[in-house]
Amino acid sequence: MNAMDNTFSHALESMTARIVPGARGIADLRRLSAGATLETWSFDAVDGDRVLHKLILRRSPGGLRSAESLSLEAEAGLIRVLDGSGVPVPTVVHTLVAADNLGDGFLMTRIEGETIARKVLRDAQFASIRPRLAAQFGTIRGTMTKVDTARLPPLPFKPAEIIVARLASRYDSLGVARPVFDLAFRWLEQNAPAPLKQYRLVHGDYRNGNIIFGAEGVRAVLDWEVAHIGDPAEDLAWISTPPWRFGELDRPVGGLGSRRQLFDAYEAASGERVDPARVYYWEVLGSLRWGVSCASMLEWFSSGRDGSVERAMIARRVSENELDLMRILTGTD
Amino acid sequence: MLDQPRGADILAAVSRLLRETLMPQLPANAAFQARVAANAIDLVAREINFGETVEREALGRLQSLLGRDGSLAELEADLSGRIRRGELDLQSEGLADHLWQTTLDKMKIDQPAYASYRRTLETRAGQRQTKQED
Repeated sequence: MNAMDNTFSHALESMTARIVPGARGIADLRRLSAGATLETWSFDAVDGDRVLHKLILRRSPGGLRSAESLSLEAEAGLIRVLDGSGVPVPTVVHTLVAADNLGDGFLMTRIEGETIARKVLRDAQFASIRPRLAAQFGTIRGTMTKVDTARLPPLPFKPAEIIVARLASRYDSLGVARPVFDLAFRWLEQNAPAPLKQYRLVHGDYRNGNIIFGAEGVRAVLDWEVAHIGDPAEDLAWISTPPWRFGELDRPVGGLGSRRQLFDAYEAASGERVDPARVYYWEVLGSLRWGVSCASMLEWFSSGRDGSVERAMIARRVSENELDLMRILTGTD
Repeated sequence: MLDQPRGADILAAVSRLLRETLMPQLPANAAFQARVAANAIDLVAREINFGETVEREALGRLQSLLGRDGSLAELEADLSGRIRRGELDLQSEGLADHLWQTTLDKMKIDQPAYASYRRTLETRAGQRQTKQED
């Protein structure tokens, strides 16, 4: 362990001793994600051999994060409000303060389970719950719709037209013409949905990979960093876009079930009707958004910011999004 | 002038070396990296085999669609602009065919195993079959 790691684990130890009653140390410290500006750590608060609390730390050691992301403090505040609302989330145990010497971030209870979507789609232990998951995604999204937005910490307002406009400027700045993307932008600009009477909490990255599954079903929805106030159809559509089907084309909702199952459960939980045309609009937008993200990987690769083979191969997956968009826009998806 | 085997055939041999000989001997993370490398090598081999043809054909389609000459990048930028301004759409003569062909040609090189690609090819083959029977 180098000096910086040592300072970090010492700070973590003394913070844990202050927060978790009876804790005398930490054990099994592991880094789960390796983002440059956001770190996720897993560890146990212990007293000798006894594990008192299994924990996750999400922190930003400093440095700029994407302008699209909430601050970790706001994310923690949001999860605290959702805890007990019926939306399954981990419990936030502590929001970091300056005296913790750990940067910005928060500490939450670690929920065991599976987050690798392909395993949930294929492993035998999930076989009995798989047919029910599309409906469960709808129920959870419906429960989010019932959350009173006045109780939430300040969140950015992102209706469709704002997201489309930002995406268009991101695409234009990449400087590579992609006729299929322009076809999608034109369609989105010509078919903008009517404003809603009431906008709701939107997770913003609602898909299998941000959900913890147990053998009994969904245990928690994670990664609220791009949450905003907007159109609930955005989440219903995102979990139904082709990249999360993993080859299960006939089960559009996360490779697990049908839109009918998702929508019915959403309507039952929220008491509001789903407008399938609205969800379709967001599916086009979601596919395009994923496509622009893949297209932006070219710059990472050619600038040398990440010259790995893996990054190069992700950049070559833009065509996959172009195909998905062609299928959606011609009604063959 | 250059001798056999040509580049694409040698890449196929490198891909087999990675998958069949090296991967089984590597620890999990290194085996994953080796698979990424093998997939990349397969992509490059397909680009060598098909890349020149599909780009030449795309250029021909763009020239007739736009009624002008230019490089592939220039004509694609021109097409993008016309679509974005609404001057051309899926109902325009030749546009849907061009976009489908271009997209499927890219997928043939980038990711021929992708499920939506396989499905699209099957559907189109089925349609051709039906047309012949009509």
